[in-house]
This record gives sequence, C-alpha cells and structure tokens, in this order.
Amino acid sequence: MTEQTSSYCQVGSFAVGNRLVDPHLRTVQSDRLRPNALTSGHRACQGCGEALGARFVLDAAMAATDRQLIVVNATGCLEVFSTPYPETAWQVAWMHSLFGNTAAVATGVAAALKVRGDTATRVIAQAGDGGTVDIGFGCLSGMFERNDDVLFVCYDNQAYMNTGVQRSASTPAAARTATTEARGREPGNAFGQGKNLPALAVAHEIPYVATASVAYLHDLEAKVGRAMELHGARYLHVLVPCPLGWGAASRDTIRLARLACETGLFPLFEAAHGEILSATPIRHREPVEAYLRPQRRFAHLFADPPRTDDIARIQAIADRNIGRFDLLGERAGKGSR
Amino acid sequence: MFQVRIHGRGGQGVVTAAELLAVAAFNDGRHAQAFPSFGSERTGAPVVSFCRISEREIRTRSPIDEPDALVIQDATLLRQAGLFAGLRSHGWVLVNTTKTLVAIGVAGFVAELPENHVLGLRATEIALQHLGRPLPNTVLLGGFAALTGAVSLAAVVTAIEDRFSGAMREGNVAAATEAFNLTRGMVGTWATRERSAVGAPPD
Amino acid sequence: MLRQIEGSRAVAEAVALCRPRVVSAYPISPQTHIIEGVGSLVKSGRLKPCEFINVESEFAAMSVSIGAAATGARAYTATSGPGLLDMAEAVFNASGLGLPIVMTVANRAVGAPINIGNDHSDAMALRDSGWIQLFAETNQHAVDLHIQAFRLAERLSVPVMVCMDGFILTHSVERVEIPTQEQVDRYLRPFAPQQVLDPAAPVSIGAMVGPEAFTEVRYLAHARLLEALVCIPELAAEFERVVGRPSGGLVSAYRSEDAETIVVALGSVVGTVKDVVDQMREEGLKIGVVAVTTFRPFPEQALGQALEGAHRVVVIEKAFAVGGRGVLGAQVDALVSDRGTKTYTVVAGLGGRSIPEASLRRVLGEAIRGELGAMSFLDLDRVVVDRELARMAEDPRRAPSTARVPRDVRENAARIV
Repeated sequence: MTEQTSSYCQVGSFAVGNRLVDPHLRTVQSDRLRPNALTSGHRACQGCGEALGARFVLDAAMAATDRQLIVVNATGCLEVFSTPYPETAWQVAWMHSLFGNTAAVATGVAAALKVRGDTATRVIAQAGDGGTVDIGFGCLSGMFERNDDVLFVCYDNQAYMNTGVQRSASTPAAARTATTEARGREPGNAFGQGKNLPALAVAHEIPYVATASVAYLHDLEAKVGRAMELHGARYLHVLVPCPLGWGAASRDTIRLARLACETGLFPLFEAAHGEILSATPIRHREPVEAYLRPQRRFAHLFADPPRTDDIARIQAIADRNIGRFDLLGERAGKGSR
Repeated sequence: MFQVRIHGRGGQGVVTAAELLAVAAFNDGRHAQAFPSFGSERTGAPVVSFCRISEREIRTRSPIDEPDALVIQDATLLRQAGLFAGLRSHGWVLVNTTKTLVAIGVAGFVAELPENHVLGLRATEIALQHLGRPLPNTVLLGGFAALTGAVSLAAVVTAIEDRFSGAMREGNVAAATEAFNLTRGMVGTWATRERSAVGAPPD
Repeated sequence: MLRQIEGSRAVAEAVALCRPRVVSAYPISPQTHIIEGVGSLVKSGRLKPCEFINVESEFAAMSVSIGAAATGARAYTATSGPGLLDMAEAVFNASGLGLPIVMTVANRAVGAPINIGNDHSDAMALRDSGWIQLFAETNQHAVDLHIQAFRLAERLSVPVMVCMDGFILTHSVERVEIPTQEQVDRYLRPFAPQQVLDPAAPVSIGAMVGPEAFTEVRYLAHARLLEALVCIPELAAEFERVVGRPSGGLVSAYRSEDAETIVVALGSVVGTVKDVVDQMREEGLKIGVVAVTTFRPFPEQALGQALEGAHRVVVIEKAFAVGGRGVLGAQVDALVSDRGTKTYTVVAGLGGRSIPEASLRRVLGEAIRGELGAMSFLDLDRVVVDRELARMAEDPRRAPSTARVPRDVRENAARIV
C-alpha cells in the first residue's frame, strides 16, 4: 500500500479522516477496516456526492450496529449505479423495491424483525430528494407518524439527476434544471416554492431529526451514531452535491457542500421530539455568491446583465436561516466554537 | 326456500337483524344466507337487508325479488315506493308500530293476505323498556318467530346470546321473548296455523 | 367448526389460522371487515406473534408486505377496487421480486363514476401483474382458497391474489366450516423463504436489469407461474386429504359432461348459474357450468377439456375490455373457436348490478336459439343508452353524461312500472 502524506492543516479539521488524531476520535472512514458498505467499482459519476454520502452513512451505521444492518433503497442514481444486474456494489443486506415506497418497505422489514424478536438488526431506508420529498413523501410521513423503527436517510442533490436533472420540490430557487430552464423573465426554478423536509420531519415529533453534509464527516458520523442509539422513526437529511446536475467540477463536491453550510443556505441542526436541540455554527461566513458562482445551474445569475435581484433574494434566504438557527452564535453568545 | 326482506333505517340494526335471523335458522339446523343492501348508507337513511332460509344449500346470489315475509322496523318507511314489491300472496308482514293496521294504512294487505299474516308490534317501546334504547331489531325477531314459525324462539335466543354480552344480552333476550309471547297471544300458536314454506321449526 | 358467519369474518379466521407474521391494513369498502377481523384477532392475542400495521395507503400496504416478505415474514394484506389500482406498481414489484405475499381482493368496481359495488374490473386490470389469481365461488371456497394460497405462494415464491366478490360474499352471512388450527398447521408449515435479507449473508435484492437480460427474466417468471398449473391441483388434493373437503383446483364443472351449452364464469355468480342450470335441465335442456377457479395462470388445458363437446359456450363476466371484448370471453373464444364451438360473452353485474336468475335464463335461451349477439350486456337499459347516443350524435363534442344517465334510468324504470 502506498503511503499518502497529509498536509498539516487537515489535522483537527472536519474535512478528512483525521488519521493523526487519537484513535477514538477518528472517523469510521479513516479506518482501513471500515465496513465499506458501498465498495468500489460502482458506476457513479466522478465526484458523486451521493456515493460518498451513502458510504459515509452506511459505514457509520454498520460500525454502530456491529454490521447488523438491512438497507432499503429507493429507485434513483444510487440504486442504478450500484446494482447493474448481475453486479452489486453493496456489502450490506440491501433491497430495492420502487421509487416511492422505500419508507413503507423499510416498515415491513422492521416489522418482520420485530415479530421474530430480532432486536439486534437495524433498518435504514435511503432515497434521493425525489424519493423523499416528492414521490416518497406519503409513505415517509406514514412511517414517521407510526414511529416505525427505521432511520430514513435522504441524500439531497436537489433534483432528479437519474432522469436527466429535472426539478424536484428540493430544487433551490433560481436553479436551472431541464424543467426549469434559465430563460424568460424568471429564469430557473421559481422562488417561494419547495418543501423543507427536515422541518416537516421535526413537525412529526419523531425521536430524531438531523441535517448533515458530506463536507463535515465527523458531524455526519456522529449524527448517524446518535440516530442508531435511538429507536423509532429517525430522519437524516444529507446534502450531496451532484457535479453533473449542478454543473460543477468533480473536484468541487466537498467544497460546494461546505459552502452551502457556510453561506447559511443549508443549516446543520439536530432535533428530537419536535424540538430543535442544536445547530452547528458557521465558522467562516461566506456570501451566497461564493456558493452560486461555481455552479453552472446558477450561471444565468452572473450573465450580462447579472441578476442581482435574484442573488439578493437567495442571500435573504441564507440570512433568514442564519437568524432562525442562530448560525453565527449571536443569541447563544459569540464564539461558541 | 323462505325469503325475508327487512326494511329499516341506518342505526336500527337492520343488517344485524338479518344476520341474527340467519344464525337462528342455522341454530335450527337449516341453511341460511343473510346479506345487506349494498350501499354507503348513513344513520337514518333507509336500509334493506335480506335473509334466505332453506333445507338445502343456498347457491343463488340473485336478489330477493319475491319475499315470503317483510319486516318493517320503521313505520315511516311505509309510504316508500316499492316497499311491498314482490311480496308473495301467502306472505307475512311485521310492522314496528304502536298504531292499528288501519291507522298506518296497511289494512289493504290484511285483506289480501291470509288471516293473521299482518301484524303491528310495539317493538320500539319494548326495546326501550328492556334496553333503554330504541333498537327494535331483536324484538321484531322474537315477533317474527311467533308470527311466521320460520325460526324457533330458542334459536333466536341462542343467536342473541352469541352476539351480545352483559346487559345487552339479557335485555335483548328478554325483549325478544316478550315479543314472541305477545305475538303468540295476538295471532295464536304457530302449531295451530298453516305451515310456512320451510316447515315446522323445533318448538 | 361449522359456523354461520359473515364471509369477511370467516376469511379473517382462515387468515389467522395461517399464522401471518405481518399484516398491513388500509380501509376500503368492501374489504374493511376482513382487515378489521384480522386486527381484532391480533388485538385479542389469538393471532400472535403478528405485527398489524395501519398504513396510509394501499400502495404502502403492499410495500410493507414486500419488505416483510423479503425479510422472511409471512405477509398478508387485503384490498378492493381502487385500492388495488393504487398499489398497482407495488403489485407488479412483488411478483417481480418473487415474494410470496397473499392478498385478498374483495372485488369492487373501478370508477369514475365512483361505485363501491362488486364487479371484476379491479382484478382484471391487474391480471397480467404476474400474480396467481384465484376466484372464490362461496365463502367456504374463499376460506379454503386462502389456506391453499399461502401454501401455493410459498411453494413457488409467487404472490397470490384470492378474489372474492365484494359485498356479495364479503358481507353475506352463511354456513362455513372453518378448519382447525391443527389441520392448517399440518397443511401449511412455517414459511421457509427462498430469498431473505439477512446481515449474516448479505444479498442485494431488486437489481436493475437491462434489455440484454430482461426478456429472459420475464420468461423465467412466466415459466414459474405456469408451474402453478401443476401445483394447484396437487395442493388441492392434499388439502382434501388434510381437511376432508374438496376445494380449489383449476376449474370446477357442474352438470357439464353431456352439455351442449356450457356457461363459464368467475366467482359467486357461479352459484346462481347452478340454480339456473338445474331449472333448465328440468326443462330438458343440456346445459352445465364451468367455474374458472384459477384465472392466472390461465388453465388452458383444463378449461379446454372441460368445454369439450359443447356446441356453445356462454361466458358471464363481471368486467370487460372497454373498446374491446370480454376478458375471459376472449380467452375462452381463443381456446374453443377452432373446434367450431360458438362463444358468447355476456357482461353482467357491473358495479353491483344484481344478476337475476330470470335474466340469466333469458340470455341462455337466446344463446341456445342462436339469437344472442357475440357480446352483450345483461339487462342493459337500451332506451336510456339509445337516447344518450342520439344526443351525442346531435352534438359530436358531447361526452356521455354520467349525470343524466342515472336520472333517465330512474324515469325509464318508473315508466315500465
């Protein structure tokens, strides 16, 4: 195995595996013996945030459950690139049924385990944003409401990437997709639409709701770990950039995932039983322009003339998040971290 | 085959009445088939249920167009068009009413049908007395058993006992028994009259 | 035990005797009493262990069953009409994944116009979903078919739909012999899944298959379904040995051996037809009836044999292919027309319309006299239909009026009286 040098600045950061810190502080991903739920050789695009997110989440869950895990997967990129018959990239008991029924299938799996007294094996359902906020929402809400013993993970890349980048209810305002073209007086996706699924999950008053990002591995793994300590319906919403759909460089996946948080557009928080428990403060606040500019889906905002009005509206969305979750620690007292 | 049509309103136990009648016939060792009118009826809406009683297996699923007996749980339905449709010439009619047959306008049927085949029974009153609730269905079953002889009182009582528990069980049994005796007092014992289409019940 | 019991309750008892481990429930008339009955048996502790899950849609009901069956639990659910269509995608998925789920379909019409009455439009819409479809003639038959369905499903790893006429069977109180737990346990052993989600031996279920192999995968599903044609008579025979009652099978014939006219039908109408056959036999007519118990896979050979020697076959169906022909009728026609047997399709009992014996006698008489059209609708109100057709001819943009037709039917009926 070739040795790889780590630059000093990575130590203590939340970005990589922290091979230099104390073993008990290291991430699951930094362990060469990690479960590797989603192994190499699958057919995801270069820089796919969803492939990264799924491996991070499932490896952490397998570590937390001593590998006693069953995963139910919605139709979507993750399913297609991982299981082209007769191959599979999954090293975990895995099932795909349909696009919209993932939460209900997971309920069935959990019921089958419960009825035979298997308390060790845990169940994760996973879907993209389409399979969560749109077509899968009915079954998901039912699973939440019944408090079934399932962790549902949404890998949110903010559009239907598998079918060629069409708008979902998770597509952000102004973003260009194949069904919200960057043309006309209001280019891109409309403002004032969309579904805030983490908030809807909180409204179900389930035992645990969290948002996470592939840019913050420690945070993501810690949230998976907490979710697996609990029983009942749990929800984790992970932002996963899509180089193809966002029109971004493959190498920028982690950078964009971090910028989404640092601008305030994607707040990281945890909630339990309907109450927000904590939010992760922004360490280096960035203007939304820093996040929008590298993405071709927002290129029309920076054309000639630029859409400064739309950029301001997006900044207002970020500012509102910062206020709502106190992401700059203004209410909690400055410099909490 | 002896075929019964029960008319009432949603909430009066019309469907239950047909079921209990079928169970009573079964208790008498007969074949029976009870079924409701198939609709989304609400409380107070007219409801119809049906029961067939036979010595042989009942295979048909066709509607009961020519009933041998009508049980009318709510006299306000008497003006409904088609209420008496298809009633056979030897048929029976049992009406829940405190009024006379002339007063409720069925005197015409009394003339057309055999003697003692049309009867008014104060079933709601009896139900209120025994159950504290205006549920005339089991009362009328007791009356029906005495009027037509299609089922025995013992079989009706067993059917009620299987269906209800506690005070409702005792109340319904008492109500049905009182109705049976009251009817018998009015029309005479069944054994002294003509045989119904299904033959004599074990008395 | 011999009981006088509502069809739905009898089926609930039968399902409980089969010891399902996961039952998902969503209310839709006329299936509700079945699922209420199973729920009650779970609550009372008579059916245990069992997870009874109230879900938010029929789509979820089937999906929960899929997850449970894939994890090795015997799974059961029930639905009706629009509910079956709501879960259609998952119905195909269950068979594609080879999950031995058993589902009762309390057959109901499919709207618009909305109608909760019985017909077979629901089951026929999903006839090609890869499920075995069994049709019950009586509530006794429904009870027996459910017990056989679990055995059949798990033998072949194929899901089974037990179709019973909504209201006509589900809400009828009649005599039913419920087998003992000991008998059912002897007939139906614990579920030993052919594939299962297990962390100790992880597999990936539900992979994507492209055009290079999809045909082969579908062919194998077809071949597996055809195995049921061998399996079903065997399991029916074993059921008779254990429970002491013949029930089930592919087709069931009544007085058809020397019949010149044979009626073919699905479900509860067969009982009415039997009475009509007896009446017409007394008049000296050579007539019989063949019930198709197993509609999917279609029992070509068994039905072909049962219809041998018939001069004419009259198919009574509670569904039809709108713009096409009868569904069962077309299949029967394909089976016997090259023998010179004349076939007639009579569409009857749509949306809960009753099927009177007199009407059946009339159309069968017309068929015998050669006066019946190849496809006809029993007791169709021709006056009303012709009036509406004339209105539509006057104004070609006009659609058939669902509002006007019921009123016209009422007025017409009043005039006839």
